[in-house]
Amino acid sequence: MNKLTLALAALCFTGAANSADYVVDTKGAHASINFKIQHLGYSWLTGRFNEFSGTFSYDEDKPETSSVSISIQTDSVDSNHAERDKHLRGDDFLAVDDYPEAKFVSSSVVPQDDGSMQITGNFTFHGVTKPITIMAYKIGEGEDPWGGYRAGFSGTTSFALKDYGIDYDLGPASQVVELSLHVEGVRQ
Amino acid sequence: MQHTESARGWGLAIIIVHWLTALVVFGMFASGLWMVGLNYYSSWYKTAPFLHKSVGILLLLVTLLRIVLRLKSSRPVRYGPRKAQYLASVVHIVIYVLLFALFFSGYLISTADGRGIDVFGWFSVPALGQLFENQEDVAGDIHFYVAWTLIGLVCVHALGALKHHFLDKHPTLKLMLGLQSQVGEKGE
Repeated sequence: MNKLTLALAALCFTGAANSADYVVDTKGAHASINFKIQHLGYSWLTGRFNEFSGTFSYDEDKPETSSVSISIQTDSVDSNHAERDKHLRGDDFLAVDDYPEAKFVSSSVVPQDDGSMQITGNFTFHGVTKPITIMAYKIGEGEDPWGGYRAGFSGTTSFALKDYGIDYDLGPASQVVELSLHVEGVRQ
Repeated sequence: MQHTESARGWGLAIIIVHWLTALVVFGMFASGLWMVGLNYYSSWYKTAPFLHKSVGILLLLVTLLRIVLRLKSSRPVRYGPRKAQYLASVVHIVIYVLLFALFFSGYLISTADGRGIDVFGWFSVPALGQLFENQEDVAGDIHFYVAWTLIGLVCVHALGALKHHFLDKHPTLKLMLGLQSQVGEKGE
C-alpha cells in the first residue's frame, strides 16, 4: 500500500473511526499488566498487578493523535507467592505504603512502518518520574456482541529497577524488569 | 485456670519446657528480625525462614503440651502480696495469649497463598488459604508488633523473677530452676 491509497482509505473511513475515548476494561478483566524479571539468570519470574485503571484515545487513521494513561495500584502485586508478595510490597521493593500508585501518561505516539506504535511518556514508579517508551501494537477493534465498541492493544517496555530507586540486589541478571500491558478499552 | 498449690516444686517437664521456650522465644525474635533484612545472595536467605517456621510450629506443639501439663499438674505455692500474685498471673496468661497470636499470625503469613508450612522436611502443616484480604501483610504487621510486645512482657516477667529472688528473697526463681523442691511456709 502506498501513501495515496492509505490516505484514500483514511478518507473513506473518516467518520466511521474517529478519534474516540476508551476506558480500559478492568471491570470485565479484559486487561492485564504483567511483569517479568530474571531469577538468578536461570529463568523468568513472572507476576502481575491485579488492580489498575486506565483510559486511552485512539484513532485508527491518526494514531499519532492517540494518548494513553494507566494507573497501577502497587499493593496489588501478585507473583503467586504470599511471602514473596509481602517482600515485594515492603521497603526493599515497591514500598507500597509510601508509593501506592504507579502511573504512565503518554506524551507522544509515533506510528511505525510495521504498524506498531512507539508510545513515549512519563512513568512514575517508586516516587521517581522518568520518561519511558512502550512499544505497542493493536490487536484489533470492532463491535462487541453486547452493543459496545472495543479496541485492544499490547505493549511492552522495560526499565532498570535501579533507575527508579530500587536497589535491592537481586544479582546481575535481574537488573531490568520487563512490563507487558494487555489492554482492551470500551469506547465511551 | 485454677490449680492446686502444692508444697512441692514444679515438675521437671514444666521446668524444661519453660526454659526451652525462653531460649526459643529469644532465638525466634532475633532470627525473625535478622532474616527479613537478609541479602538475596545470603546463604541464609532461604534457610533462615525455613528454620524460623519449622521451629515456630514445633514451639506451638510444645506449648500445647505445656498447657496440658500445667492444667494437669499442681503448682508450687505463690509468694508475695495478693496484688503481685494477681499481676504475675495476668502477665503469665498474656504471655500465653501473645505466643498463640504469634503462632497464628506467623502461620497466616506463610499460608496466605494456600502453601503449607514444611517443618524440617518431616511433615507439612496444611494451609487454610486466604482467610481475609491482604492476609500476608496484615498478619505480618501483627506478627511484628506482637513479637515486640511479647519480648517487652518477657522482660517484665524476668524482672519480676529477679525482684522475687534478690529483693524479696522468695524461692520463685530457684523453684523454676529446679534448685529447690521443698518450700516452707506459704506466703510472706
